[in-house]
Amino acid sequence: MLITAMEHHSNIVPWQILCEEKRAHLKVTPINDRGEVRLDAFAKLLGPRTKIVAVTHVSNALGTVNPIRRMIELAHAVNVPVLVDGAQAVPHLSVDVRALDCDFYAFSGHKVYGPTGIGVLYGKAALLESMPPYQTGGEMISSVTFEKTMYNKLPFKFEAGTPDIAGAIGLHAALEYLNGLGMNNVTAHEHDLLDYATEAVAAIRGVRLIGTANQRAGVLSFVLEGVHPHDIGTILDQEGIAVRTGHHCAQPVMDRFGIPATARASFALYNTKDEVDTLARGIRKVKEVFA
Amino acid sequence: MTELRELYQEVILEHNKAPRNYRHPEETNCSAEGYNPLCGDHFTIFLDVEGDTIRDIGFLGSGCAISKASASMMTQSVKGKTRGEAAHLFDQFQSLVTGRAKTNGGHIDLGKLTVFSGVSAFPARVKCATLAWHTLQTALEGKQEVASTE
Repeated sequence: MLITAMEHHSNIVPWQILCEEKRAHLKVTPINDRGEVRLDAFAKLLGPRTKIVAVTHVSNALGTVNPIRRMIELAHAVNVPVLVDGAQAVPHLSVDVRALDCDFYAFSGHKVYGPTGIGVLYGKAALLESMPPYQTGGEMISSVTFEKTMYNKLPFKFEAGTPDIAGAIGLHAALEYLNGLGMNNVTAHEHDLLDYATEAVAAIRGVRLIGTANQRAGVLSFVLEGVHPHDIGTILDQEGIAVRTGHHCAQPVMDRFGIPATARASFALYNTKDEVDTLARGIRKVKEVFA
Repeated sequence: MTELRELYQEVILEHNKAPRNYRHPEETNCSAEGYNPLCGDHFTIFLDVEGDTIRDIGFLGSGCAISKASASMMTQSVKGKTRGEAAHLFDQFQSLVTGRAKTNGGHIDLGKLTVFSGVSAFPARVKCATLAWHTLQTALEGKQEVASTE
């Protein structure tokens, strides 16, 4: 099983559990100092014994947008299916799973302004057809006798029992809202903000950006010399700026950059340049307090 | 801003910059590790306990200003104290940083440690201020586990 060094724990731990069960090995594609996947190493790690590639579309800790189309091509060239973790991509980018030709694509409701506890797993029909159900209950069968049970067709085979109906309706509303705004508009707005923030924050002496990939989306991760990210977070909070501090459930990324944690500003469709200015002022205030 | 100044008092910032007893004592007979993985605060506390008395104490590690200053000032305040006195200080310190001291009107005599009173306005930082203390308790109880306040 092949992943990358920038995965969220949620795209590491399940594979580790599966590796134990199947006696498989987890291989990790390295990233460079900008926080980009090393495609040369990825191509080399792909082999006849690779069963699956799992890769994040956008890194939650670094903001890197991975070249997943290219990665999928490379994997498919050696007949390896690819699962894409799109939790951080769907709220920020227009995603076309057919154009990407990915085999599986997953994302969470709560990252697209939708309800918690619900998400989406897309899979190619042929693969889903060949997979057994993972849960049993109502709706997932077409007929049951003591001799033989026939499973229902897709997607019902994988939707056993009473579903999260309210969650699904909420998620639909959230996705309609985003589509109504136009994902290209959302991406353009956030890209503009991210560029503006990168320039404003990088200009502050003592700041080191963590994740400086050519293609980025959504987040700006940074550390400040001599100040722990938690102290940055508390002071920015007082300025009305909410950032996430810590390892962002991506401890291997922190290890890769030799830091315990980062402060991370996230940008969404409702953020403004004024708020970015407040962020930059806030970071200067952190420096004053710790001068 | 006032609340922020209350939290990051000069004494705390100064201990963060130049922590006291930031060393591995020559003689130690018990130690414990404290780790808050979500924050990344990570300290080891080393003790030299003779009978009931903490003869020497030192710590190493890294963390935010609150956790580091708290560890530094804790080592100063428990050095030479008995286990019982250290436990009592911890109890009072917890009352202080969680704001319980204010509400129950209990008598608090923490000396210099009262600079941490500002923590009570920042509930998310209580775990930072108490990590070293929990680690000390773990070491004194001779437990093998890693202390955590998350």
